[in-house]
Amino acid sequence: MSMGGPMGGVRGGAQPPRRSKDLRGTTRRLFGRLRPERVKLALALVLGVTSVAFMVSGPQILGSATNVLFNGIVGKRLAPGTTKAQAIHLLRAHGGNQIATMISGMKITPGVGVNIDELGRVLGLCALVYLAGAAFNYFQGFTMAGVTQRVMSGLRRDVEEKLSRLPLRYFDSHSHGDVLSRVTNDIDNLTTTIQQGLSQLITSILTIVGVMGMMFWISPLLALVCVVTIPLALVVTYFIAKRSQVQFARQWKRTGTLNGLVEETHTGHELVQVFGRSEATVAEFHVQNAKLYEASFRAQFLSGIIQPSMQFISNTNYVVIAVLGGYRVASGLLSLGAVTAFIQYSRQFTMPITQIASQMNMLQSGVASAERVFEFLDAGEETLDVDGDTPVAVEARATGHVTLSHVRFRYEPEEPLIEDFSLDVKAGETVAIVGPTGAGKTTIVNLLVRFYEIDAGHILLGGVDYRDLTRDEVRRAYAMVLQDTWMFAGSIRDNIRYGRPEASDDEVVEAAKAAHVDSFVRALPEGYATLLDQDASNLSSGQKQLLTIARAFLANQNVLILDEATSNVDTRTEVLIQEAMTSLRKGRTSFVIAHRLSTIHDANVIIVMDKGRIVEQGSHDALMAARGLYFDLYNSQFAGIAT
Amino acid sequence: MLTSLLRAFLRPYRRPITILVVLLVAQTVGNLYLPNLNADIINNGVITGKLHYILSTGLVMIAITVLVGICAVVAVYFASRIGMGAGADIREAVFTRVQSFSARDMNRFGTASLITRNTNDIQQIQLFLQMALTMMVIAPIMCVGGIILAIHEGAQLSTLLLVAVPVMAVFIGIVMVRVIPQFRSMQLKIDRINEVLREQITGVRVIRAFVRNDSEAQRFAVANEDLTNTALRVNRVFALMLPTMMMILNLSSVAVLWFGGRLVSEGSMPIGNLTAFLTYILQILLSVMMAVMVAILLPRAAASAERVQEVLLTVPVVSDPAQPVRPSLASGVVTFDGVSFEYPGSERPVVEELSFTFEPGQTSAIIGGTGSGKTTLLNLIPRFFDATRGYVLVNGVDVREQAQESLWASLGIVPQAAYLFSGTVASNLRFGRPEASDEELWRALEIAQAKDFVAAMPGALEAPIDQGGTNVSGGQRQRLSIARALVKQPSVYLFDDCFSALDAATDARLRAALKEGTRNAAVVIVAQRVSTIMQAERIIVLDDGRIVGLGTHQELVKSCAPYREIVVSQLGEGAAK
Repeated sequence: MSMGGPMGGVRGGAQPPRRSKDLRGTTRRLFGRLRPERVKLALALVLGVTSVAFMVSGPQILGSATNVLFNGIVGKRLAPGTTKAQAIHLLRAHGGNQIATMISGMKITPGVGVNIDELGRVLGLCALVYLAGAAFNYFQGFTMAGVTQRVMSGLRRDVEEKLSRLPLRYFDSHSHGDVLSRVTNDIDNLTTTIQQGLSQLITSILTIVGVMGMMFWISPLLALVCVVTIPLALVVTYFIAKRSQVQFARQWKRTGTLNGLVEETHTGHELVQVFGRSEATVAEFHVQNAKLYEASFRAQFLSGIIQPSMQFISNTNYVVIAVLGGYRVASGLLSLGAVTAFIQYSRQFTMPITQIASQMNMLQSGVASAERVFEFLDAGEETLDVDGDTPVAVEARATGHVTLSHVRFRYEPEEPLIEDFSLDVKAGETVAIVGPTGAGKTTIVNLLVRFYEIDAGHILLGGVDYRDLTRDEVRRAYAMVLQDTWMFAGSIRDNIRYGRPEASDDEVVEAAKAAHVDSFVRALPEGYATLLDQDASNLSSGQKQLLTIARAFLANQNVLILDEATSNVDTRTEVLIQEAMTSLRKGRTSFVIAHRLSTIHDANVIIVMDKGRIVEQGSHDALMAARGLYFDLYNSQFAGIAT
Repeated sequence: MLTSLLRAFLRPYRRPITILVVLLVAQTVGNLYLPNLNADIINNGVITGKLHYILSTGLVMIAITVLVGICAVVAVYFASRIGMGAGADIREAVFTRVQSFSARDMNRFGTASLITRNTNDIQQIQLFLQMALTMMVIAPIMCVGGIILAIHEGAQLSTLLLVAVPVMAVFIGIVMVRVIPQFRSMQLKIDRINEVLREQITGVRVIRAFVRNDSEAQRFAVANEDLTNTALRVNRVFALMLPTMMMILNLSSVAVLWFGGRLVSEGSMPIGNLTAFLTYILQILLSVMMAVMVAILLPRAAASAERVQEVLLTVPVVSDPAQPVRPSLASGVVTFDGVSFEYPGSERPVVEELSFTFEPGQTSAIIGGTGSGKTTLLNLIPRFFDATRGYVLVNGVDVREQAQESLWASLGIVPQAAYLFSGTVASNLRFGRPEASDEELWRALEIAQAKDFVAAMPGALEAPIDQGGTNVSGGQRQRLSIARALVKQPSVYLFDDCFSALDAATDARLRAALKEGTRNAAVVIVAQRVSTIMQAERIIVLDDGRIVGLGTHQELVKSCAPYREIVVSQLGEGAAK
């Protein structure tokens, strides 16, 4: 059918916010990672405080500008030449008690209008203060950008180094998806959190503190109004945010379900049609879609009313201040400028409060990601090897002689697997490993190249015990062609050269020719420079296999490990692969995971595996005579020929 | 594209949209009126010392605040209903449309692209809609209203707006134009890092076997440094954004007081108006900010809308005939009569001049190299593609004259890549026949050599299956996929190279059982492995889209050179004798 195979995870949307298990511990550890940057962090904090101080004093200065104006207007109406006290006296005498009271608290000179010079001075100062505030704010952002990028870069480096120190066992026992998500998605999420959240959170908190301080300084009475409204705003925000978070989680979950349904229905499109399931699937989609709609409506509505609620509180606050402030000014207890400044302040604290709510949310998911990254960094490591290549190792590798002696190995300590396995493979000999699918044939490979360490016994390379060599020294003895035809994103040339980076271009071509892949590569528009994408999806699986053979040719080691699996390869390419593998084996000690009869025939030793264990061992003839599992396997491949 | 899409899908919401607009207008007007009242308090109350006036105006303000609050909450209610509702409607329309697509349509878009269009693209549109429904209404009203009121408070002073508004818009525009491409390049670099890490995880065996840890570390270090530098640059530019916007807002206030102050001292403007003016100018600039933010979302939403519209406007290339013919016999006969198929515009046909018949009760096999046209041949039977010449008949009737549903009902398909749906083993097996009994399921599992492992799974038939079937092994998935086709009991089975994931012994047992289980149906097997098809009653050897051999194994070994070549390469010289 024309369905090209199930698509990998094309999950839509971001991840739902996760919660951490140990909030405090992880946060402490996260701050630990910020330690090397503490000087810069302190600097950023100082810059932040300075910036907020400037920004917060702005409205106050603007307020005094208003006062200059107001004083001028009121003063102009009074008779010129009198003193302030005389003017007040005069007003009282004419029944203007109210205004007299107000004026008593003002700095005015009767008969003189607005002092433009003073207004200019005050406003000039104000402009400077705002400019300074903005500048410091920018410097703070600039410094924080450096801090977060350096910290995250370091974290990414640690994660990468960790990858190279983890034992194979870790990769085999954890799903690739999970590991990948920890080292990519979680790191990305954490970066965003620290980048945006941390810096803004600091500014938001400082702003609230600064604004509150200014309010109390201007008028403790009016500030008391805000002492009621600010906590009210906090409580309301918290209350609504908490509820909407539940709905958002539901929305994410249902988006996941629905996207899953879309993904699998579109991927299995033809199956859905031929099996007559279109209507049922549309009905199912309708139900899921309605559920998503309900959850996302609630989430949107709830989170949407935070803004109007804040506005309501802010407006109420504004009105109360306007009225109370008006009273106070009229009673001469407060200047008009102070009231206008106050109004500005009261408008300033709602924004940081809503911001804090969203930042807390973000931090929470960031900490959860940090926890997953730390978990990864804490996984047990392989014992460290020393670098370098000793003469002993070079000599041992040159022999191509591999000996396994009384080897014992178990994946799980309580599950016996390979108990007492001995095998002597002389230079140039071929060992075939056979068995049904899932019989554990790769276990032998894992031990030979030391992906796993044996529990007891010895493996010797040219008579030297593996334990006396480093892992890298052992691995340099082997060239491998694995079933997993892994290619990295890069040119075909670099992929072939992977086994021996110092090889010349000519040597690459030579290896490609030996692996029957040269003519196909030349047919590509870019030839050897053709770039392969991440999954090398521009190559067929047969072509990938031929490339890995070319890689092994170029690596030119004395011992070979070949996995012959050739499912999904067309018959012609299969012939090419087979020929290439045969010529690769010439003159080399080979371990072959065999699927083909011709290989089995001339192997020096055949190891038969079943359910993870070695069940038989011997030459073809000896095993056929024994009429065991090998006999069955062999016959089943020929089943039908007799008829 | 965005407008036509939204116009179509917002039509059912005309009434709620009208209500929403009214509410938003009311809310915005109320918000604009508040500073005006505040100005009155100062001008008429504070300056003249009328406490009573202050109090009564204050009460009016409170009342307006309450009304504005109610309007805002109800508006959010409608905006969410409309935004999420229209989003859900679009999603469903796309999904339903894709259901009617033929294989050709699917290939044109690509599965991955269709999934994205059905999920992410619609999310983008929904996000835009949600923002647009509120901000796009509020911002213009606030801006225009703010300007009118500002002029009302002080016409001369309003010329300040001619400076402040363009400066704000231009600044945000410049930052956005500069920063957005940088963000994109940063995303590319994040992708690059993730790619390197992903390679290190998936290729861990190869990397270690070839002792390339150091060079991998080097590759990562380069990518990491590159990302760090770009991210640093982007964030430093971005750090400029907020302070500068705040600065423009604040300096505008200072300018208002400076120029306004002169007007006040000349007596051409009351001082209370100045305070109101301050509030208006802030609101105007905020609305400009809002509008720019929505405008930034616009290109992405427009691109998504285009991709969604493309799906909705596609008419499936394969459709049902006006008067479908029902085949009188349902026994499982498939006839190809002079069939050729070529893609439109291609130079030569993929398959050419195919004529043969698959009979009920017989097993027919198709073998040939990659690109020989095996899968294309199979795809012509369920009308995933239509033959460009000749006729394909199923049960005696041209497939183009049958209703697709009834044609499909007679076919059982097992694709090359086994695909299972999330659910349970049973729900997957009953995919084609929901009423099948448990006994029937077990029988199908037995034939498919899947009985043992299903029985061993926790929950057996009720054992959960993950999407795609990723929680069972490739071989198990393949066998379940075969069992699924068996449960359907169609009259024609199409097996597309689906035995390759099985080991030889299981393959042999399965084929033997299959012979029994599909007694009266036509069985068609596409295979790479000769041993899989040797016993077929009829083997068709395809090469380059043409039939180069047709007969039994014995006949072909003798007469057909390409077939012999395949046999020798797979089974050795001895098998070809």
